[in-house]
Amino acid sequence: MSGQNHRLANSGSIDRSAPLKFQFDGQQYEGYKGDTLASALLANGVHLVGRSFKYHRPRGIMSAGSEEPNALIQLGDGNRTDPNLRATRIELRDGLVAASQNRWPCLKFDVGSVNNLLHRFFPAGFYYKTFMWPASWWLKYEHWIRRAAGLGKAPQGRDPDRYEKTHRHCDVLIVGGGPAGLAAALAAGRTGARVILVDEGTLLGGSLWSDLDCTIDGAPGLDWVRATVAELQAMPEVTLLIRTTATGYYDHNYLTLLERITDHLGTAPDHLPRQRLWKIRAKRVVLAAGAIERPLVFANNDRPGIMLASAARTYMNRFAVTPGRRVLVLTNNDDAYRTALAMHAQGVRIAGLVDLRAQPKGPLVAAAAAAGIAVHPGQAVVATRGALRVSSVEIMKLTADGAGVTGSARKIECDAVAMSGGWTPTVHMFSQSGGKLRWSEDVSAFVPDLSVQAETSVGSCNGAVSLVKCLKQGLKAGIEAARATGYKGRVTAAPNVGEPPQSDRRDLWVVPGKKPLGHAGKHFVDFQNDVTAADVHLAAREGYQSIEHLKRYTTMGMGTDQGKTSNINALAIMGEVLGANVPGADVSRVGHTTFRPPYTPATIGAYAGRNIGAFFDPVRTTAMDFWHREAGAKFEHVGQWMRAWYYPKPGESLRQAVDREVKAARDGVGILDATTLGKIDIQGPDAAEFLNRVYTNVWLKLAPGRARYGLMLKEDGMVMDDGVTARLSENRFHMTTTTGGAAGVLDWLEEWRQTEWPDLKVYITSVTEQWAVASICGPDCRTLLAELCPDIDLANDAFPFMSVREGTVAGIAARVFRISFTGELSFEINVPRRHGLALWQAMMEAGEKYDICPYGTEAMHVLRAEKGFIIVGQETDGTVTPSDLCMDWIVSKTKVDFVGKRALARRDIVSADRKRLVGLLTEDPNEVLPEGAQIVEAVQPEPPMAMIGHVTSSYYSPSCGRSIAMALVKGGPTRIGETLSIPLAGKTIRAVVTEPRFFDLDGERANG
Amino acid sequence: MYRQLRQPGSSNREWAMNTPVNSGGNSGMRGLRGGKQRYSILSLARNALSHHENWQRAWRAPELKPAYDVVIVGAGGHGLATAYYLASRHGIRNIAVIDKGWLGGGNTGRNTTIIRSNYLWDESAAIYEHSMKLWEGLSQELNFNTMFSQRGVLTLAHSEHELREMTRRVEAIRLNGIDSDVLNPAQIKQTVPIIDTDPRLRYPVMGGFIQRRGGTARHDAVAWGYARAADDMGVDIIQNCAVTGFLIQDGVVKGVETEKGTVRAGKVACVVAGHAGVVADMAGFRLPITSRPLQALVSEPIKPILDVVIMSNAVHMYVSQSDKGEIVLGAGADAYNGYTQRGSLTVPEGMLAAAVELFPVFSRLQMLRSWGGIVDTCPDASPVISKTPVSNLYFNCGWGTGGFKATPGSGHVFADLIARDAPNKIAAPFTLDRFSGGYLIDEHGAAGVAH
Repeated sequence: MSGQNHRLANSGSIDRSAPLKFQFDGQQYEGYKGDTLASALLANGVHLVGRSFKYHRPRGIMSAGSEEPNALIQLGDGNRTDPNLRATRIELRDGLVAASQNRWPCLKFDVGSVNNLLHRFFPAGFYYKTFMWPASWWLKYEHWIRRAAGLGKAPQGRDPDRYEKTHRHCDVLIVGGGPAGLAAALAAGRTGARVILVDEGTLLGGSLWSDLDCTIDGAPGLDWVRATVAELQAMPEVTLLIRTTATGYYDHNYLTLLERITDHLGTAPDHLPRQRLWKIRAKRVVLAAGAIERPLVFANNDRPGIMLASAARTYMNRFAVTPGRRVLVLTNNDDAYRTALAMHAQGVRIAGLVDLRAQPKGPLVAAAAAAGIAVHPGQAVVATRGALRVSSVEIMKLTADGAGVTGSARKIECDAVAMSGGWTPTVHMFSQSGGKLRWSEDVSAFVPDLSVQAETSVGSCNGAVSLVKCLKQGLKAGIEAARATGYKGRVTAAPNVGEPPQSDRRDLWVVPGKKPLGHAGKHFVDFQNDVTAADVHLAAREGYQSIEHLKRYTTMGMGTDQGKTSNINALAIMGEVLGANVPGADVSRVGHTTFRPPYTPATIGAYAGRNIGAFFDPVRTTAMDFWHREAGAKFEHVGQWMRAWYYPKPGESLRQAVDREVKAARDGVGILDATTLGKIDIQGPDAAEFLNRVYTNVWLKLAPGRARYGLMLKEDGMVMDDGVTARLSENRFHMTTTTGGAAGVLDWLEEWRQTEWPDLKVYITSVTEQWAVASICGPDCRTLLAELCPDIDLANDAFPFMSVREGTVAGIAARVFRISFTGELSFEINVPRRHGLALWQAMMEAGEKYDICPYGTEAMHVLRAEKGFIIVGQETDGTVTPSDLCMDWIVSKTKVDFVGKRALARRDIVSADRKRLVGLLTEDPNEVLPEGAQIVEAVQPEPPMAMIGHVTSSYYSPSCGRSIAMALVKGGPTRIGETLSIPLAGKTIRAVVTEPRFFDLDGERANG
Repeated sequence: MYRQLRQPGSSNREWAMNTPVNSGGNSGMRGLRGGKQRYSILSLARNALSHHENWQRAWRAPELKPAYDVVIVGAGGHGLATAYYLASRHGIRNIAVIDKGWLGGGNTGRNTTIIRSNYLWDESAAIYEHSMKLWEGLSQELNFNTMFSQRGVLTLAHSEHELREMTRRVEAIRLNGIDSDVLNPAQIKQTVPIIDTDPRLRYPVMGGFIQRRGGTARHDAVAWGYARAADDMGVDIIQNCAVTGFLIQDGVVKGVETEKGTVRAGKVACVVAGHAGVVADMAGFRLPITSRPLQALVSEPIKPILDVVIMSNAVHMYVSQSDKGEIVLGAGADAYNGYTQRGSLTVPEGMLAAAVELFPVFSRLQMLRSWGGIVDTCPDASPVISKTPVSNLYFNCGWGTGGFKATPGSGHVFADLIARDAPNKIAAPFTLDRFSGGYLIDEHGAAGVAH
């Protein structure tokens, strides 16, 4: 308690019955519930909280809101540490541990501040002009630059917290819970409309917590806030969200809100996520985001203790904290007088009120004089002193044009400065929505002009400067938004408002110092990134005059505050330079940088949400997955699936297991889980015509009950997918695709159907998930299937190769396809997914006497490669035509058209020089080529050397008793018999070109 | 030693002798030739004494003249580089570079600045490696620190299929004489301690390959460096002046119409990226280009935790840490065509989930800013550097999601094409007629996240 020597005896909305202990840079302090870290530090007389990015200058708390550029804090430790949090937004809790950043060894003595001594060598963009010699040293220079840069430290381990997302629709979304936003919510809520009101702070009411000199209907403004919030809370369709920032405004009134749920709790209950990302689709949006006070740009305006006047007022009135005991106020407008008067009323000594205006007048000025506050009109602060906290300022008389100072300097002792340079409307969300801004001379800032979405800006973000205007605009926008969404209601009359009237501002974008700009002291514009008014002049001098060049060259507005307090000052200074020093001129011509999401920095984890770990692209598994795991299978990724790769017996290597599985499939019976192939149900009177257009071969005359292999091409003639499609009945087909290509093929078919051939009567449905598929193959597979399948005649004549039958297998209704990817007699049994495991188990049980052997994808690859069957994505890569695969037989010469037909006739597609599929047999039959290895005609001693192709598939083939490979090679079949070289790092392998088929060359085995 | 550096061309000549990048060039023509004040630590110190009040403009703001030998439409990195190489290598200095906005304001100033040359196809490897060699002396040549940082680009493989594709690419890169090292998961963990190499990950890190000569550069500085050096040789850079049409007589371009009036030109070269299709339409022909938003984002600055560039196709993102300390993240383009430089929310959501999946420590960092650019992509994901159906009109476009790395090489070979009206060996495969002929250079398969 005794430590809180800047805490006022009474007033404020903190809970004095709940004292809290916290730690900053290892030191223990006390504050109260309701404090922010910033207000609690100020209560303890602590202003110095950080170091600036470039010069490492000591910095204090400048604001009381999310615009804070200086007070960036490393909060917490371990895996829950958070870098770069604003002290002004951290709610105090018991046991909170905070530390300053970007200093070494400590905040008070920071070695990095040597940069400040050398500041003359580090103007904006200095690094573009040096560190170029010698060229090879840049990485060395950069190493040190990188270490000096950055702010806080990332956690070292995995985030223990959880993040959620939620989706909502509403009639009216209101961004900002100050007077204008509350008024809008009230008006809209009373109509019964579904309203969401969101505010980034912990209390609704906004500026009314600070501006205690306002009354509404004769009572304190906070009474109105309490009554309004109570009424809104009672409305069932109204949702009030605090600690929630509207971060992004996307197309079609889609907004993101980031809610901080547990950050203020310290230890949170397990059931709560740390933060929640709300995704809102709103029929109407009312933006009531308020305004941010601008600092004044005077010499050495960055010392700890110098803060915004409105922030000083907030600390006084809301947190019962005075920023100092002798406070100097520096202003160009009336509003800061309210701060001076509030302090004076609380017994804080005002060291002086320096007003840039020559003849300030009005009730507030009169009140200050009446209170005995020393007002210095037409004067400027020309210097400040104090190493780690401001201790005095010097003031001088301004010349009439404000461009210089005259007379002699007068020193005023003070321990804090409250400055006010006017207000900048918070137009971020409006601008994100796509709305166009205009320059307003009234507020000397950009205000909303043309809306492009269903949105209205109200209150001070719309340029309103008085409370009464804020309330009126809010009430009007609220009722209009509700009416626009179909609700009825009467216009609520605006309450009577008592507030101090305010007169004009004097915009002096740079407050002159004793010497020319940049010669003595620094006039900071962007505090976090240490951009000064002289830097803006330098940028202009060097031609970086576009606002975007200014930003990128000086880094102005690129800090974690994204220039909330600096942008207008910077571009106004640039406007002055370009407009030949006419104050205020040409700012609109300079323009503004683009406002981008998020409004304030937003936790990356919240955007990732639950889509990490097990939920990051969830694994797809087959109905038989359980069995494979029990059997000890090894798995491989295939698209989103995990497929059984091979089933090693104890002690077996991959090669041994695969050899065994291949042999079983060729000699006895093998069983493969083929569920993952894409399956698409195609129905309608034009289904056959549709297939005729998307496949290269002919489909119209395929008889029901028969199946056919097809290749699908992109428009450019390149193979995109393949598979067997069966005609189940006259108007119904069952298409299969590759495992990885299933979704893409479905999209592709839909695109053609919907955009190119809307006249075709055809319907396309993905049924991949509906079926489980067991594929059995080998000489014994027919006998095995016959035991389980009494109702299909499996004889060659009755059920020929490339046909489909329906029946029951192991008592389960099944579609059985007689097709083969191994070259063996083979049946693919499709059953409803829920019966997949039962089918598999029944096959395994019945197959035991035939030594049935499950085989995985690796054996499947070997089996098909022995037969020379391609795999799309392995033999093809988007650059391979059917002819390149030596599959000209599948391309119809008679069809009028199919997708890709025209492309196949192009000059370079029919060229003899293309890479085409061949087989490769290594000279050493035990040498297995690496897949992907490059092939050359002539090996050079050193790269580069000309490549003529690459190995697409390569295995040891147990059926052939040697290694086999397929490759795409320039010239392809014309090279059969040639010996080519495969130069690897360290050795070269030689191989003979063959046909890309190695086993069962006459194809007899498929008949069993 | 600094004095020696300031002598015109001294350090540059040395560089020129060491580089094989010399097509169409006179090595004595490199660097600042027009007498602009040079940048060095000494000039910085000297100017510090005069409070930096005597720095010259980096580039002038000239009036548009009625005629030029060459008009370049688009003052992005590629357009400015084209102007620079036309002036420095071909002696053509009567050039205007015209842009509707501020120079470097398109994709040059919006990309994630990754530079590499480890491409699969010979044609791609040739142009990106050509570019890489130019990068390696660029700061010195332009006398402007582009902060080209060869910190390495590490591409990850997350499945058997990706390992196979990786072998294919690594072998091709090696046989093309370009550097590349294969790393196993343990070596990857050692190189990038914050990466999660747990084999139980959804897409575990199964391997990768690194191009150590790859890295990043400061994108704005590239545009500014070329602008300053081109301006120094007399090139007029005209900002905020939209081109509204072409003067074409008998199939020959004679100039352009602009917001500031008609400009006659012997040759016109267009380098307008996302708007290539729009500008081609003004000239009366169509391009096989689609324009889509591509998004990127940065975190708040933090102390260094990531020293190399990481790319992953399977989880679909690429990431590096800037010198300022921001984590810079990118992913694939939005799925729809458009010209607004903003994208949908779903893309950053997916990108950030992927980032957290691979780098769990990113979870508590904060996204500072997200933005979009418009990428112009050809059906084969390779660029167009080509003559057009209109004589003396040239187009350089279609760089898609990965054009930044090509900036010097693209400008260099495009300047050569413009000067000689014929493509050199590196540019030849990238002609427009490959789409009718079918000789596509399809980088989709190998690039995945085609960055």
